[in-house]
Amino acid sequence: MNQLNADKTPLFRFLLGLADDSVVLSHRLSEWCSNGPYLEEDIALSNVALDYIGRARMFYQYAAQIEGEGRSEDDLAYLRDERQFTNLLIHELPKGDFGFTMVRQFLLDAFYKLYLAKLVDSNDETIAAIASKAIKETQYHLKRSEPWIRQLSEGTDESRQRIVRALDELKDFVGELFEMLPFETELAEQGIAVDRASLQADWDAYIQGFLAQSDIEFGDSKLQIRGGRNGIHTEHLGHMLSEMQYVQRTYPGMQW
Amino acid sequence: MTNLAKTIPTVNPVYAQRRKFRADSEFGQLWDILDDVCDPELPGLTIWDLGVLQDVTIQDSQILVTITPTYSGCPAVDAMSADIISALKSAGYEQIKVHVALSPAWGTDMISPAGKQHLAAIHIAPPQPDDEPDCPVCGSHNTQVLSQFGSTACKALHRCDDCFETFDYFKRL
Repeated sequence: MNQLNADKTPLFRFLLGLADDSVVLSHRLSEWCSNGPYLEEDIALSNVALDYIGRARMFYQYAAQIEGEGRSEDDLAYLRDERQFTNLLIHELPKGDFGFTMVRQFLLDAFYKLYLAKLVDSNDETIAAIASKAIKETQYHLKRSEPWIRQLSEGTDESRQRIVRALDELKDFVGELFEMLPFETELAEQGIAVDRASLQADWDAYIQGFLAQSDIEFGDSKLQIRGGRNGIHTEHLGHMLSEMQYVQRTYPGMQW
Repeated sequence: MTNLAKTIPTVNPVYAQRRKFRADSEFGQLWDILDDVCDPELPGLTIWDLGVLQDVTIQDSQILVTITPTYSGCPAVDAMSADIISALKSAGYEQIKVHVALSPAWGTDMISPAGKQHLAAIHIAPPQPDDEPDCPVCGSHNTQVLSQFGSTACKALHRCDDCFETFDYFKRL
């Protein structure tokens, strides 16, 4: 398979992937704004979305600087098409019901907690600085998603069913979180990136242990859907981008 | 009942280091000018007391102000930068640049003791090591979390179960 952005430096591709992960998840979370189950939760989800927007901006700014072709953070976010986005697929799945959103967040918060804890030691000072900032936020996100998963898992039959259903849907997409691409392995060997594959055992143990306390199993899935880092997406991303990029596409260069 | 240990101001090492850094700076008057710049969302709390203001220097006849954002997506950063420039311009300076640094990452230990007192005075409970704030209105320890996020990313929403006041808690980070 052809590699997307093969003509770009590994560092640019790495930063772009992290930025795309953040901006796409941020948009999905922001879709809850004014639709949350109640006001406090609405505000909380919007705040988590804001943290991810901040993270996306830092990675896009750095990516733009590394690329050095005059593209800005906004160009990268708003003027690329679906097949040029390199986010891991789990971030782009539609927000679903509140249970689905919280299960995805829980799985990702746990992943980012492990991932960022390694990325703070990156040889690249800027990446290490971004990770140091982001990990504090992620720890807080997890502190909020854990009790939600517990509460919904042990709440009513309906809430439990929704958690189980969300886990079932998401299990096909978690494998990609731990799959390295050659350019990323190259960076990991230089101490810049993190070997995501090495995090899987800890992540599995944590997730399964947490869910087991509520008597829920999170089994392996034989079907692992992948392709995000190479621009191969689910049918959902294009629709999401058409909304996210609408203003810039309709009124190019428009500013607030 | 008021928890006395929480009301006695103590200086943590992170703030002590900031205070020394400022005291050692040769541009004391610039720091003083910036004591007029406040966080747009926290009335009367200066960017120094909040810990956002990290450094002020003059390089090649240009003033370089370094700030660090509280949260990575904090929208107040743009407003603060504009306020910094306008404060220095009113004091007669022309060439000013605001640099937003990511490192060192901001933490609540950077907030000054005066800043914590100010937060309490405007009924925002200051950060606590155990994340269990006393009610900033009546001082009761009998409080509970309503939401992990309040009106901004840096605050959580709590309620006092004695005086029933809802209040913001500035989260420990």
